[in-house]
Amino acid sequence: MSWADAAAIVLWFGVTAYALFAGADFGAGFWDLIAGGAARGERPRAVIDHSIGPVWEANHVWLIFTFVVLWTCFSEAFASITLTLFVPLTLAALGIVLRGSSFAFRKSVFRTRDQRNFGAAFASSSVLVPYCMGAVAGAIASGRVPAGGEAGEPVSSWINPTSILGGVLAVTACAYLAAVYLVWDSRRFGDEDMTEYFRRRAIAAGVVAGVVAFAGIFVLHSDARYVFDGLKSRALPFVILSALCGAGSLVLLFRDARGARALSIGAVATVVIGWGVAQWPYMLPTSLKVSQAAAPDGTLQAVIIVFAIAAVTILPALGLLFTLDQKSALPEEGAEPAAGSEQLQTSGSVDGF
Amino acid sequence: MLFAVDPVPWARSQMAFTLGFHIILVPLGVSWAAMTLIANYHALKHDDSEALRLAQRWSKYMAVTFAVGAVTGTVLTFEFGLLWPHFMGTWGAAFGVPFALEGLFFFTEAIFVAIYIYGWKRLKPWAHFWTGVPIVVAGIGGSISVVAANAWMNDPSGFTLSSSGKVVDVHPLSVIFNNAMPYQAAHMLVAAYLVGGFLVASVYAVALLRGRNTRYYRLGFIIPFTVAAIAAPVQMAVGDTLARWVYNNQPAKFAAIELVPTTGDDIPETLLGHMNSNGTVSGGIPIPGLASFLSDPRTGTSTVVQGRNAFPTNDEPTISETNVVHLAWDIMVGLGTLLTLLAAWYGGAWLFRRDMPRTRWFLRIAACAGVLAVITMESGWVVTEVGRQPWIVYNYMRVQDAATTNGGVWVTFLVIVGIYLVVGVTTILVLRGMSRRWRAAEGGEETDVPYGPSAPPPVVREEVPVG
Repeated sequence: MSWADAAAIVLWFGVTAYALFAGADFGAGFWDLIAGGAARGERPRAVIDHSIGPVWEANHVWLIFTFVVLWTCFSEAFASITLTLFVPLTLAALGIVLRGSSFAFRKSVFRTRDQRNFGAAFASSSVLVPYCMGAVAGAIASGRVPAGGEAGEPVSSWINPTSILGGVLAVTACAYLAAVYLVWDSRRFGDEDMTEYFRRRAIAAGVVAGVVAFAGIFVLHSDARYVFDGLKSRALPFVILSALCGAGSLVLLFRDARGARALSIGAVATVVIGWGVAQWPYMLPTSLKVSQAAAPDGTLQAVIIVFAIAAVTILPALGLLFTLDQKSALPEEGAEPAAGSEQLQTSGSVDGF
Repeated sequence: MLFAVDPVPWARSQMAFTLGFHIILVPLGVSWAAMTLIANYHALKHDDSEALRLAQRWSKYMAVTFAVGAVTGTVLTFEFGLLWPHFMGTWGAAFGVPFALEGLFFFTEAIFVAIYIYGWKRLKPWAHFWTGVPIVVAGIGGSISVVAANAWMNDPSGFTLSSSGKVVDVHPLSVIFNNAMPYQAAHMLVAAYLVGGFLVASVYAVALLRGRNTRYYRLGFIIPFTVAAIAAPVQMAVGDTLARWVYNNQPAKFAAIELVPTTGDDIPETLLGHMNSNGTVSGGIPIPGLASFLSDPRTGTSTVVQGRNAFPTNDEPTISETNVVHLAWDIMVGLGTLLTLLAAWYGGAWLFRRDMPRTRWFLRIAACAGVLAVITMESGWVVTEVGRQPWIVYNYMRVQDAATTNGGVWVTFLVIVGIYLVVGVTTILVLRGMSRRWRAAEGGEETDVPYGPSAPPPVVREEVPVG
């Protein structure tokens, strides 16, 4: 395996992690958006706030990770992508600003009107961003981004069958993942109503995402032939695995059994990985190969060394964050208003911390 | 495109605006965690409930500023590609290396910010304190990494170019540890503590001026102001060293800084003033020989400083850019000196009276120090960025060759300015709303208007719009 191959794997690791972790946070925004009015939507929104509050910023860093690996290791592809897909990437960037700041503001204001305004900005941008990212993925997969750091078509590159498929699939897959995670979190918070609420939505979203993915096969057949052929051949195991995981998670959700979360992660991860395998060895099908796009070895080695450092430092730290979160050790920001000076004497410490 | 216009000036404006916005949040991200930990440490060590309350509230404010900082920083990540695709396409293999490290630090910061901010109630106090320490370390490492990338643009090194101008060989350590990096990184890091300290302290200076003279507010002033007061004189020394590096390595930028038309010795330090289109200097107060002396004190006023005539016109800042650089330089040095004097006042009071200065004039100036420190820092960035023109990679690539060809950048620029203004104003209103809510919850004795006849009733306070 060359350094370029290793860097491509690191890149795809970042893309997959972003889809699984930040994807679920975006999906939570989707459920926030359609949770209804201030009164009806209060409880699901409280679960969503509680669930993504401590983790969304760490999850968001996977995007920075992906960008940095892409522009450092595959600069030419990065230049082509940003030149061609100027519009959807700009929309995604603006959506990210609105989403992150609105979410932080919503937690910090107390008037219902303010909370609703910030909530609306948070939730609608949570749908916009994954759609744009999916459209970008579709543009790349369907070969609409040319090699050589050149601009492709400014509009049809991201408004086309494969991009629309990518956008819709991203939104539905995020919603599905989020709903499954929220079932788990509601159960953890001991809220049976919300467990049931999100369980029904997880099943619905899972079915829709499955239908979109299935319909996508026909879209790719006519619009992204190289990736379609790849999915039919070398990436076929991932396609099958994804279908099995997805179907399995729906069965478990339907029976209200445990294990749906792991299977839903498997279903989405295999789609992302399968896409990468299907377009191999191309970075931009079918004009730029990974080996052609790769930076000099010195750069690739540096990035892989940093990735190795991250694997032994960041991954355990992320594990700590998720463990504390799952043990409900990160209940809310600060300690106002009740605790104040009482924190010194608090007896509610979690074992080991 | 229908309304396509030359994208280069718009791309420059958008980058300058978004970076100028983000850079205000950077000092808070880097230094506020350290100041919060100081309060937290003091609280735990001395069982001080006021310091603890301060640390808890600061961490909640930080949650807001960190979120806004994270997303505005992300926009810059997009903009590298959206605005400067040819720069990234050509130089990404070298320029990107420091960012790989930065990613590591940003991850660490995001993880531990979350644990620290959300961990107050359930983690044991000292364990919780220690979860804050990685934030401080990551803030330092992250800012050094980002500035290393900017320093590389000033002193590109660690790569080999092929005959066709493609980067074919990269030495990552030489990229990161380029010659400009130690000076620039130190300058920005100290700036982060200086600006963050003055900015937070200025809020509490206002509270003290309004008569909220309790221990809580004094602590809220003393901790950040002390941090800033230590940073200020250090920054003078670091800045002076960096300026000498520029003198030796970026003489065209130095000529713009010092407003020098023609090479010579005994060059005056011109305060204010401007350069005319024919290259002569008008106005301002020249201090004879000082620019030469400061450039190299060993040779004193006989030090030769290169002027604008020493460089091809195409390779140096334009006249108007020169005037911008010089004015920004004057503002930075002037305000920096003022802030250092303020720090000396504060230090002197502690030295001789074991207390902070109590006069209202000190507090009035301190209340302005936050905004002044931000202006100082922004001016510094203008000096280094505009002073590097016309280059994006010094002596290798021009800004105009790096920019996107998308004619619609003017639209995104206008949209971004609109969104950022709303986000900026909202951030301030939300932070202020949090503060007011806490004060209202504590009862009337801490509301403002110290000597006014009637403080507004508490009900009004709760109705104050916060968003």
